[in-house]
Amino acid sequence: MALLEVKNLGIQFGGLRAVDDFSMQIEAGELYGLIGPNGAGKTTVFNMLTGVYKPTEGKIFLDGKNIVGKKQIEINRMGIARTFQNIRLFRQMSVLDNVKVGLHNQIKYSTLAGVLKLPSYFKKEREMDDRAMELLSVFGLQDDAELLSSNLPYGKQRKLEIARALATNPKLLLLDEPAAGMNPNETSELMDTIRFVRDEFRMTILLIEHDMHLVSGICEKLTVLNFGKVLACGDTAEVLKNPEVITAYLGE
Amino acid sequence: MATKKRTLKASTKNDLITYAMLAVMFVLVQILTATGNISNLFEGLLVPLCTYSIMAVSLNLVVGILGDLSLGHAGFMCVGAYASAFFSVTFEDMIQPDWFRFLLALILGGVCAGLAGLLIGIPVLRLKGDYLAIVTLAFGEIIKNIVSILYVGIDENGLHVSMQNTSALGLTENGRVIIKGALGITGTPRDSTFLIGFLMLLITVFVSLNLIHSRTGRAVMSIRDNRIAAESVGINITKYKLVVFTVSAFFAGIAGVLYAHNLSSLTATTKNFGYNMSITILVFVVLGGIGSTRGSIIAAIILTALPELLRGMDSYRMLIYSIVLILMMLANNNEKINLFKEKISIMNLLQNKKRGNRLDKEANS
Repeated sequence: MALLEVKNLGIQFGGLRAVDDFSMQIEAGELYGLIGPNGAGKTTVFNMLTGVYKPTEGKIFLDGKNIVGKKQIEINRMGIARTFQNIRLFRQMSVLDNVKVGLHNQIKYSTLAGVLKLPSYFKKEREMDDRAMELLSVFGLQDDAELLSSNLPYGKQRKLEIARALATNPKLLLLDEPAAGMNPNETSELMDTIRFVRDEFRMTILLIEHDMHLVSGICEKLTVLNFGKVLACGDTAEVLKNPEVITAYLGE
Repeated sequence: MATKKRTLKASTKNDLITYAMLAVMFVLVQILTATGNISNLFEGLLVPLCTYSIMAVSLNLVVGILGDLSLGHAGFMCVGAYASAFFSVTFEDMIQPDWFRFLLALILGGVCAGLAGLLIGIPVLRLKGDYLAIVTLAFGEIIKNIVSILYVGIDENGLHVSMQNTSALGLTENGRVIIKGALGITGTPRDSTFLIGFLMLLITVFVSLNLIHSRTGRAVMSIRDNRIAAESVGINITKYKLVVFTVSAFFAGIAGVLYAHNLSSLTATTKNFGYNMSITILVFVVLGGIGSTRGSIIAAIILTALPELLRGMDSYRMLIYSIVLILMMLANNNEKINLFKEKISIMNLLQNKKRGNRLDKEANS
């Protein structure tokens, strides 16, 4: 059974049909790309997968369970985590604390234990610190743990967002344009990181990206969206050869 | 690992400075009282100083940590004050000793205000920004206005409540009226002392600081910083907003209890429980530096004591008060002053010393 199965998903905003009859299947452990021209509806798909928007029709199955109509926090607890196109960090909190917020539902103690500083507070906080530092060191952020997240350079902010999403212990990780605004060096470094995350955490990753170098470099399968409809899907190499895709997106 | 330990220490150190500051203040007041160097005026100010510091610290939780502008904080103080004064007057002779009755009054006042915070919070916290400010302002006024037309009496048949006048209560001969509408409650035992006020302030600061550094506090701050991202990592926004709002209202209620038991007659006016007070408390929080517990206390103390200490200057009093307000605002936003503050802060001195030592070692090796 596929980890994520999307069937005939559609959403209507007033008179605008943003996404129509969108279907997709992602197997566990796959690195899957979602591409398409600007305004094709890629981020809208992400927003439906994470419960920000409620689709007007269609079904989304995660591990066989329908998640349509569930709240964002429920979907996150069921195993979907995401990053954002325009970085959304907790700007006035430290890098470490950003990841610890991600661990919120993983390592728990009550408000009372926190206020009274009961032994469980110290134990769980230490556990959180260790886990958070582990995640940060995956992304080479361990030396910046104390910095305010807004003081990180751009590339590191993107990485921190991925670390925070991973902290929620997801089955499926959604990355919305992870390489946006990065230079070629940073991009190729990011490609290594994404591959590393997939292998190390046995993560399934779905990403939206415009950088064709990154897409052809790491994605095993692709779905191409155009005007809210699926234009093509399948193995990366094949899809990128598809003449329709080339005209619609890559340009002749 | 080394970095991790330093982060823990940085926040703990900052808290310790706050506690140390409170301890110094306490000792100072005790010395002044013991040596008889304290003026009557200043002695009368001690309980209000604690009261308003508690108000500022608790409002800081909502404004600084949750990031929502609440303008109805005095309303919760009013609930705490009336609930506890009602309790103390009713049971003045029945529950002894005095300190035990006052302890019950403190708990009752806090719980009633906390409940009011919870009830008001459920609808209100769905709003954001200016709208939240307007609605909390309205709720604060509603509480104050209801309380000032409330008549409550007690006789052998139990409680009688009316919103018209004393005779509408229909009390028997033995009954007595406890809350008398616009005249409020009179004859409240004056149980508030500096020691209890200071203890309450200490508890407020303790709970507030520990909350901020806990899992709950991080969740709350993540909502403040980015609501959408907080939801995406599974933070229950409604729940944590309510927790903070309720805790904040609880401590405002405690401040209300201290206030009520510092005066023998309690009435609800714009000045003590209306928007004037709410905004004064907000001024403390903003001038103390939004989000800073220590700053809130310092600002509350300076700005509460100042108008009273300037009474001798009569008509120039409010002029000086406003000048100080403006100066504090400027100082808060001035880069040079902030740099200077950083330079002289104790934490930095310690860290620089360490860094210096490390550099020396590296140079030597």
